[in-house]
Amino acid sequence: MRSAILCRYGEIFLKSGNRHRFERALRDNVAAAVRDLPGVGIDMPHGRILVHVDAAQVDDACARLERVFGLVSFSVAARVPPDIDAIGAAAVRAARAAMDSPAPPAHFKIESRRADKRFPMRSLEISAAVGARVVAETGLPVDVHRPALTIGVEVAPETVFVFAGSRAAPGGLPVGTAGLGLLLLSGGIDSPVAGWLAAKRGLALDAIYFHSPPFIGEKSKDKVLALGKVLARWQALRSVTVVPFTDAQKQLRDTGPAELAVVLYRRMMMRIADAVGDQLHADALVTGENLGQVASQTIQNLSAIEGAARRLVLRPLATYDKVETTALARRIGTYETSILPFEDCCSLFVPAHPSTSARVADAERTEATLDVTAIVAAAVAGSERISLA
Amino acid sequence: MIYLDNAASTRPAPEVVEAVARAAHDHFANPSSAHALGAAATRALEEAREQVARLMGAATAGEILFTSGGTEADALGLIGAATRARGRHLVVSAIEHPAILRSAELLVGQGYELTIVPPDRSGVVRADDVMAALRPDTAVVSVMLVNNELGTVQPVAEIAHGLARAENDPAQRPQHRPHLHVDAVQAAGFVPLRVASLGADTVAISGHKIHGPKGAGALWLRPGARIAPLWDGGRQERGLRSGTENLPGWVGLGVAADLVARLRDGQGVEAIRAERDRFERAVLASLADDEMSAITEVRPTVSGAPRAPHVSSLSFPGLPAEPLLHALETRAVYASAGSACASRGRGPSHVLAAIGVDDRTAVLRFSFSRETTAAEADGAVAALREAIIEIAPMVNTGARR
Repeated sequence: MRSAILCRYGEIFLKSGNRHRFERALRDNVAAAVRDLPGVGIDMPHGRILVHVDAAQVDDACARLERVFGLVSFSVAARVPPDIDAIGAAAVRAARAAMDSPAPPAHFKIESRRADKRFPMRSLEISAAVGARVVAETGLPVDVHRPALTIGVEVAPETVFVFAGSRAAPGGLPVGTAGLGLLLLSGGIDSPVAGWLAAKRGLALDAIYFHSPPFIGEKSKDKVLALGKVLARWQALRSVTVVPFTDAQKQLRDTGPAELAVVLYRRMMMRIADAVGDQLHADALVTGENLGQVASQTIQNLSAIEGAARRLVLRPLATYDKVETTALARRIGTYETSILPFEDCCSLFVPAHPSTSARVADAERTEATLDVTAIVAAAVAGSERISLA
Repeated sequence: MIYLDNAASTRPAPEVVEAVARAAHDHFANPSSAHALGAAATRALEEAREQVARLMGAATAGEILFTSGGTEADALGLIGAATRARGRHLVVSAIEHPAILRSAELLVGQGYELTIVPPDRSGVVRADDVMAALRPDTAVVSVMLVNNELGTVQPVAEIAHGLARAENDPAQRPQHRPHLHVDAVQAAGFVPLRVASLGADTVAISGHKIHGPKGAGALWLRPGARIAPLWDGGRQERGLRSGTENLPGWVGLGVAADLVARLRDGQGVEAIRAERDRFERAVLASLADDEMSAITEVRPTVSGAPRAPHVSSLSFPGLPAEPLLHALETRAVYASAGSACASRGRGPSHVLAAIGVDDRTAVLRFSFSRETTAAEADGAVAALREAIIEIAPMVNTGARR
């Protein structure tokens, strides 16, 4: 027994000039999400993506479609011939199935869409006819204003889809259509959420993680990779590049003023990220930085950090409250991993009183005494890229 | 690889691995089944119980209850006894394992009152201090035999004696003698464990600390002592620990107990002690030269207290614990770190805080086993020196200016 999942996408219609590119990307992403399900097939009729799977795989397929950016919603549909009797019978079956469920609906309505104008009845006529039959055969009352159950009818060429309700998908744009971002990923709560938000707007992502052995243990690296795998389930991350950062951190700390240490580290991270971004042909950097979340995240410091980057720096969380970020982390599935206690244990590298108004000139004065190019080159040379595919 | 983290977990003995696999293969039947296969499984289980009873010095195997490990054995001893007792007051030492401390906190949430007895600076809880904490309604006293972080031996027999004396003191009456639970997880195999003469009511041990399997532990229950089960079901283990028996694990625990008892009865334990002592002298010597004494000093975390033979806790004032541990790790030396300071992820060590270790001191725990060789101990001494040379410069400049 085969099932069809009818997937809807909305926003990309607005991009009329690029519509075909967006649709192709979305189709490819849907295909990638369900690729390993046995016997899966995909086609794109009448402004929808149809996923065909064996009935036994429907739940698994739906769980994956809920994580495909660019999809707005989807429904598991019965396919019937373009014949009003067949449509009515399918709608009755859908209503009975809903009435047998643990939460039976109190009322319903029919919502029809006629994509194939050759069908002899108009949408409202279809709804009226099918609705009358459902009432006659099941006794379920109609409420067109606030229905507990909406039975959808979509008339496509040669096939009509009948379905009960729809499930929400995350929306946004197909991953990859906005370019490639390099995410500065750590083991905290914020950066995975920042990556997810960037991916939701169509950025494909690779990540870079700055590792500082022996001050940070293997478990912290494993934790970052675990977070990366959660993002990969949303097709939001392809790889993590682990960059050794201890030497850079040590040189900066021993050279610069203590209160400037955090800004100096982050400026160096931007430079190393740019160098890794060159290898990966990234279009932008993405960070989990937030305005004012910790003392050092002032607008002045963020400006001084940004000054070291060659690429556009996206900070999707810049204006989020912590509770908003945390709620998203729970939805994405990164929260439980992020709160595991394998954070940087020691504050050896973080001054007690970081500057809140770093000036680029001060940072540059310290950097001028160091061989910044060599530090960046050494970090990149020592890096290891781990694929999450 | 130099593995000096045996107080965290030990490598299962080859005989144990083989026994676990064989038991899983041969004795898949449910010991509760009435047929011959069930009887064979029961016989395997009872042999394991005999072996554990011999290690613990129990009078009969029937005094041993198998559990899922040290934590469950501690919970069954502490919570099980508190639930059965009339009193609603608990006395536990401040250096107990979280299995005891957090179980006691659970009981506080159910209306019990808790007195926590601090140790002295040598890492020992004094029997007098325990006696002073007693009240007429004290239900359970829980003191570990060997502390897991420091290796210090606690005066459990003296505490048991004190409890018995208090019971016979007319001035103390009316009073029921409190139940004495002893966490012997770090003691088994390393210090004499004669439960029959220890004076305790329940004693907990764990399999994976004695080269046995994880997920297997035992609780000795003094004949006549009363505890309530933590849950109910098929009433296995005398009805005190329901659940289909973890036969492979418990058979493995039995074999491990047998091996460790033989080691204890021979010269094995003294050999471990000698190696540990030699290691400590070597560390102190290797850090005493001019180059090293300029950057750090090292001292035993505790002194003056009786210690179990396998644990060496060393303190490094002014150095950070976890980086030292990771620097050792890059040299293939595996130990444990503790510190009294709260870090962002991990909490501070309640044991180190209780004995007054300041929050800028790294504490490393090296724990030995019968498998530790002299060459490994020497390798650890050399690696420790290198690790300190690597880490010390990181703390003496920069951020502290």
